[in-house]
Amino acid sequence: MSELKGWKEIPIGGLILDAGNAEDYQTGSWRTYRPVWDEGKCIHCLFCWIYCPDSAIMVEGGKMTGIDLDHCKGCGICAQECPPKVKAIEMVLESKLQSEKGE
Amino acid sequence: MGRIVALTGNEAAGTAMIQLRPDVVPAFPITPQTELMHKFADAVADGDVDTEFVLVESEHSAMSAAVGASAAGARVMTATSANGFALMWEVVYIAASNRLPIVMTLVNRALSAPINIHCDHSDSMGGRDTGWIQLHSENSQEVYDNLIQGVKIAENRDVLLPVMVTSDGFILSHTLERMDILNDQQVQSFVGEYNPEHTLLDVDHPVTFGPLDLPDYYFEHKRQQVLAMEQAKRVILEVGREFKKLSGRGYELFEEYQMEGAERAIIALGSTAGTVKEAVDGLRKGGEKVGLIKLRVFRPFPKEELLAALKGVKVLAVFDRSHSFGGFGGPLFTEVRSTLYGSDLSFEVLNYIYGLGGRNLSVEEIEEVFSDLQEVMKMGKVQERINYLGVRG
Repeated sequence: MSELKGWKEIPIGGLILDAGNAEDYQTGSWRTYRPVWDEGKCIHCLFCWIYCPDSAIMVEGGKMTGIDLDHCKGCGICAQECPPKVKAIEMVLESKLQSEKGE
Repeated sequence: MGRIVALTGNEAAGTAMIQLRPDVVPAFPITPQTELMHKFADAVADGDVDTEFVLVESEHSAMSAAVGASAAGARVMTATSANGFALMWEVVYIAASNRLPIVMTLVNRALSAPINIHCDHSDSMGGRDTGWIQLHSENSQEVYDNLIQGVKIAENRDVLLPVMVTSDGFILSHTLERMDILNDQQVQSFVGEYNPEHTLLDVDHPVTFGPLDLPDYYFEHKRQQVLAMEQAKRVILEVGREFKKLSGRGYELFEEYQMEGAERAIIALGSTAGTVKEAVDGLRKGGEKVGLIKLRVFRPFPKEELLAALKGVKVLAVFDRSHSFGGFGGPLFTEVRSTLYGSDLSFEVLNYIYGLGGRNLSVEEIEEVFSDLQEVMKMGKVQERINYLGVRG
């Protein structure tokens, strides 16, 4: 996130004046489970993109290109909505992934 | 020009609302406020105002609807009493914190239990720290005048805070009084149109009201509220001067009554100030140096101004029509004594808790307080710091 501002520099009452500025606020650290995407299995139906409440499914030219982990809160809706015959997204414990990577 | 009329406090507040023509009024009935809204609802039903009048299912909803409508850009007013105000509670804070200039009449009534419908200030004092400006009224004239000024104060860009105007339940709300009212045109041009800078309905400039505010910014928004309250003092005085030009009736942060050379003084809120004036007049005739400070603005609390007004006083009694159980005296006492501490004024301050649940306070009882103060001056010490005036032993 950008540098924190003083009380004289921000709009009063918590007003947010810029539309769509949630992008500046990174919420990826809230995640317990991380969606792990298997590109090989993906059929690009974009169900995950439709259902993701955080607009964290990245798409280019009508194809899924990945997951924006800076904003994904790990709710698991994408994995749930991925068609049963495809199952290209798996929810894995962040702590497990991080300890495997030695983070 | 204006007219001289006979109105109750509730009718006075209703009349001010009709003349102010708020865009939205969400309300729920509660004694002794109810007939205030009857008066206003009549005007809505008769087509005299084009206000969106919203009958909600509780006071919590009344204040919630007020917050929503105000954020949408409407001029919003409502009214309540005691338990109704208590039920609004969480939203009362939200109104102030979202910086929404809602104006509400609080017809003062004791909080339950035991259930009681008569006047004390436990309701408005409960709202002490909510971030609302509080204008207290001695009589129906002041209820009317404070409401009109309240709208202009609340909507000032340097303030943008909700304003509560008090009216002592039954004592003012149901008592007929001679008063002057302005004409509709005067009231409307005094407050002008409400043109907020940001509104939810301004779709060309979309904004978000009331978002999540975590430890990284919440404190900054609270600090802004402190500044708004500080600035409100100047705006209240400016609006008071403007109102005087229009009506001939001047308003400041408090009224000094017979304070010239006063050695013994009482500080009080609301209709009691009228009774104290009566006692002061009687004692002054006998040459006694007594006076009254009638506090109009409790929030923001006029610290520096009070210190200036209290110069020359030798002993002071603070009247509280509510109590802070387990605290050191009532809310007004705590505030006044804290203001004096560390100042260059040094005199004894006594607290008198009185009038709870609508218990009447007589001129004679006030005269006794002044004679208590005489005793303190003579003996140089205080027997009882916190006194309960009018309670049976």
